[in-house]
This record gives sequence, structure tokens and C-alpha cells, in this order.
Amino acid sequence: MDSTVTTGTETSVWGGGNQPLGASYGKLMMWFFLVSDALTFSGFLAAYGFSRFKFIETWPIADEVFTHVPFFHGNYPMIYVAFMTFILIMSSVTMVLAVDAGHKMKQNAVIWYMFATIIGGAIFVGSQAWEWGTFIKGDHGALETKGGRILQFVKADSGERASLSDFAVSLPGERVIHERKNGLWFFDEPTLTSFSLEEVVEGFKADPNILIRTELINEEGEKTLLDRQASLAKLADASQVVEGANLIHNEYGSRLFADFFFFITGFHGFHVFSGVIINIIIFFNVILGTYERRGHYEMVEKIGLYWHFVDLVWVFVFTFFYLV
Amino acid sequence: MAHGHKLEIFRGLVKFKSNTQKIWGVLVFLTIITAVEVVLGIMKPEALTDTHVLGMKLLNWIFIILTLVKAYYIAWDFMHLRDEKSALRRAIVWTPIFLVLYLVFILLVEADYIYNVYKDGFVSWNF
Repeated sequence: MDSTVTTGTETSVWGGGNQPLGASYGKLMMWFFLVSDALTFSGFLAAYGFSRFKFIETWPIADEVFTHVPFFHGNYPMIYVAFMTFILIMSSVTMVLAVDAGHKMKQNAVIWYMFATIIGGAIFVGSQAWEWGTFIKGDHGALETKGGRILQFVKADSGERASLSDFAVSLPGERVIHERKNGLWFFDEPTLTSFSLEEVVEGFKADPNILIRTELINEEGEKTLLDRQASLAKLADASQVVEGANLIHNEYGSRLFADFFFFITGFHGFHVFSGVIINIIIFFNVILGTYERRGHYEMVEKIGLYWHFVDLVWVFVFTFFYLV
Repeated sequence: MAHGHKLEIFRGLVKFKSNTQKIWGVLVFLTIITAVEVVLGIMKPEALTDTHVLGMKLLNWIFIILTLVKAYYIAWDFMHLRDEKSALRRAIVWTPIFLVLYLVFILLVEADYIYNVYKDGFVSWNF
């Protein structure tokens, strides 16, 4: 009768204090929450998969999007995000060590392990903010066509990506600034890109070394490079200059990629952020000796479950956004 | 975590003396898997990208399987599902797995259909 409730006599079954499945009320409720949250994240990732399969031939290649490492110049795909993954796994480890120390009622050990966990979480959130900043700021700049497709530029001789500033010419011109007093007051001046469409088009025509790369992925798994003739023909479709990424325009390719990136990593980052906040609260409770007086550190165990769950979700986000 | 910890991983292949030691052991294992993923992701060996299994590159299958392995050890050892009662463990694990497989199957099949509509149908979107 191992699986039934064993609280002594038959009558005390109704006396309260039973723990179904051998887990306390709080822990069981945390698991309820985690399972439903897991389903939410799965919904997002499945929707990402849906959009990706829908545009499977033109989806951006993650290795070409996330190539930066703070304080270093150059092209290092994946390195930084691997570092972030390691930080999060590491903070998971300190968290589980804190839980373990809590079981042994070692208050000081719990304090230090919780502290390390909070630091790890803060580093992760900071890294994610930096990653967002880099993504929003953009890399090389691109043109958007009337159909909303992205045209990027490549140097013909070296095969490297060409930035707009590498070839765009400067065409001085008069520009009427829209002010609130002389138009519809609720229209604001649109953000100006570093170069106008005419400047990029003229610069492209003047520099025979620049080719256009379309979103289409060829059989080698690379983006299709047009020859000079086709590039010039394609240029006629361009409708505006795009620098960086936001919810409406995305210089890296499909705008859905940026939308899902912001939404999923943002939702995950929000989880990490709230995890750090809750960790800090529990951290102070441990210092104050709340759980010492209570006689057990189950609260550390519960927040631990949440923290590992955040790590678990990141493992999947890492795979589906950066690897696959 | 009612009564002590189970200190074996890999079905008893590796045994640890204490729970702390097991945690570090699992960390080493997870780090190795992450490192393998990153190295494969940077190198992209052609033997793996050219082979397709069930309509997807072999490399991507490897990534997904390694991810599931990582998820297993995070849930089993860090979230100590290994020490919970099997009824609780099964309720937690199989509910999402069933629902997610169902959702993913439906969405990806539908997405593939829409891809073909865009490709072969009389819809112009790439201009």
C-alpha cells in the first residue's frame, strides 16, 4: 500500500495534512503552473515552427543574424548565445545546490548559493538586453521591396556582406520637415535612415562590385546571390531602406522572424526577470532566518523548480532559434 | 523529495556518493552536450546537412534529440523528478508531451500545405 496515504490510522485520512503524490500543496501547485506555462511556451514555439515551415525557402539563417560578441569585432556566430546558455545552466546548478543545502538546514550555504543564482540570472537578463539592442540596431542595412521582401548586398570580389555605407552616394537635397503645426497633428516625422533610397540606388549603379542577395535559400542552404544584371533589375522593386529590426521591418529577412524573436525571447526574458525578483525576495527571507524558524526550506525548493523551468525553456529556445 | 535522493544516472552506469556530487556530474554532462551542439552548429559538417531524414536535415534531428536529452536531465536531476513518485512524474511529463506533439503535428502539416499554396497557387507574394 505504498501509493496510498499513510498517515497512521484510518480515520485521520479526513483529518487534513495529507499530501497526495507525496508532494506538498505548494510544490504541487508550482508543478501545475509549470506544466501550463510549458504549454504556453510550446504554443509560441509551435507557432514559430508554423511560420517557418510556411516560409521555409526564405527564412533568415540564424548564424548570419546573431554574429556579435560584446567588446569584440568580427563574425562570431553562436559564441555569445552559447555563453548565455552556459550562464543559465550554471545558475541552475547553484540553485539546486541551494535547495540541497536547504535540506541540510545550512543557512549560510543557502545564502551564498542563492546569491550566485541571482548574479547568474542578472548576467543572463543583461546579455539578452544586449542581444536585443544589437538586433534592433542592425548590421549592414538592406532594402525592402514593394512586396515586403528584403534585398541585402554582397561584395562580388570577396563574397562578404556590404554595408549601405560602403557604396551609397551622398545626394544633397532639400527636405521639408513635417511639423505638427502645418499638418495633421497626430502624424510624427518618420525616422530617417542613414541613407535615402535614391542614394542607395545611385550608389549601387555606380559600384559594379556590389551584388544583391535575395531571401531565397538555394540547394546549398545559402541565400541566393543574383548576378549584376539580375541585381539591377531587382533594384527596381525596392521601395525603402531598412536598418535594423523592429516589429514592422527587419533587415535580416522575414519580418515574422523578428516578431517571434522579440515575442519568445521577450517572454522568456520576462520569466528570467521575475525569477530574479522572486529569488531576491527569498534570498532576503533566508538571511532573515524565516525558513530557519519555519523548520524547512521548501520555499527555496519551489522557487528552485521555477528557476530550473526557465532554464529548461531556454534550452528549447536556444535550439529552435539559434541552432536548427 | 520525500525520502532521500537516487544517486545514479545513465541507468546506474554512473553512481555518485552524494547529491552535491551528482549535481556537478550532471553539470559536466550538460556542458559537454552544449559544447557539442555549438561545435556542430559552427562547423555544420556536410555529411550531416546533406542527409535528410523524414524531410529534415540529419543535423537538425541531432540538435533536437540533444535538446531533449538536456531537458531530461534538467527535469530529472535539477527539478528532482527522479525522486518524485512515478504517478506525479508521469502526470507532469506525459501531459505536455501528448499535447505538444499533437499541436506540432497539426501546425507543421498545415504550414507545409500553405507553403505549397504560395509556391504553386496563383498567389504572388515575392515581388
